[in-house]
Amino acid sequence: MKLFTHNMLTSKMIKNVKVGYPLKLNAAEVKVTPSEFRSTYVSRMLPKIDWGVLYEATQSIGHAEAIPSSISDDYEKNEDFLRKAHHALFEIEVINGEMICPETGRKFPIKDGIPNMLVNEDEVN
Amino acid sequence: MSSARRPEHIAPPDIFYNEEEARKYTQNTRIMEIQSEMATRCIELLEIPDEESRLILDIGCGSGLSGECLDDDGHTWVGMDISQSMLSVALEREVEGDLLLADMGEGLPFRAGTFDYAISVSALQWLCNKDKTVHNPIQRLIRFFTSLYAVLNTGGRAVFQFYPADENQKSLIMAQATRAGFNGGVLIDFPESKKKMKLYLVLTVGSTVSHSMPDALSDAPASTVSYAKRQSNHQRNKNDLRNRTAPKFSREWILEKKERRRRQGKNVRSDTKYTARKRADRF
Ligand SMILES: C[S@@+](CC[C@H](N)C(=O)[O-])C[C@H]1O[C@@H](n2cnc3c(N)ncnc32)[C@H](O)[C@@H]1O
Repeated sequence: MKLFTHNMLTSKMIKNVKVGYPLKLNAAEVKVTPSEFRSTYVSRMLPKIDWGVLYEATQSIGHAEAIPSSISDDYEKNEDFLRKAHHALFEIEVINGEMICPETGRKFPIKDGIPNMLVNEDEVN
Repeated sequence: MSSARRPEHIAPPDIFYNEEEARKYTQNTRIMEIQSEMATRCIELLEIPDEESRLILDIGCGSGLSGECLDDDGHTWVGMDISQSMLSVALEREVEGDLLLADMGEGLPFRAGTFDYAISVSALQWLCNKDKTVHNPIQRLIRFFTSLYAVLNTGGRAVFQFYPADENQKSLIMAQATRAGFNGGVLIDFPESKKKMKLYLVLTVGSTVSHSMPDALSDAPASTVSYAKRQSNHQRNKNDLRNRTAPKFSREWILEKKERRRRQGKNVRSDTKYTARKRADRF
């Protein structure tokens, strides 16, 4: 699971969960896979990203140095910043670990890089 | 509809798509070709306005065949599927997309406005099943469509190739999509041929302006210009596939494709000795 996916995931399908975001991230195994940097793509992606949540995620999985704590205002022109964002969003992958619903404590295991978001039919609305 | 037993009537999807079934999606070229063709058509029906890469959700992504078609067009995708075996095959194929084990009938686990577009190939009819006594198909359909409506941006679109069992099932699906707020309808390609006929549910978000459906494909004599144009596009895509030098889905074929994408400056995973290995090679 790449961190951009973690940035999008919620547990709001669970009954009585209001926001279900962000999911707390615990990683047992993390892998970095280099991928081609495309500045326009990263720029277009950033408005969708909750930067604070991305920053927290990098902290919680041992990549504290990956990105600055706040988003740069002129990021479209700041290649150094965009490269860091690209690295954090698309290159750092959680291979094994878990995510935890902030409201119910429900755990979602991550195995072989795939989060298991399945819940029981009686847990959903 | 053929008289053969439908997979949806044999077992629930997470059971039906076991290792043996999943293996067909790397070894049976016929299945792979059909699935890729339908995925390509779904992407075409998204009618994405510019050449830019988009973030696309693939619902019931299976082994990642449809995802590879998205890669070909330079898009980034997230795939979800209820079958661990199908996702394992996707991992083996080293697909570019991020994968999730999730049941669309439980609602999509994403923040609002995450995706611009969604596709789904041969998966939607599974929601009409009552695989567990606690399952209520209407409830699962409405949960799914309501959450899909929320995770798509305004102006977004979702295209599903699907196999409804009958007219009732088709209307049931459409009714729930409408209830969730979508506009759209069902497009039928090759309606004149029982064998070639394919159904696509095309759903849009937010366009209250009467939205016109894309044209269907047909082998019957052309009636409009736009039909002829689409047909030739489709034909061209097919020819592209045929002109590839390496046999489709072989290791060489995947490597060639990755190379082409690298040249286009796209995100591509590095090749490993596992690229396109078959499951049978593993012990
Ligand atoms: C015929 S396969 C097609 C796979 C892939 N889209 C392709 O074209 O190669 C149907 C897929 O839908 C998945 N599916 C069925 N019900 C589902 C559900 N409720 N949630 C998510 N995926 C589901 C199955 O596990 C299976 O992988």
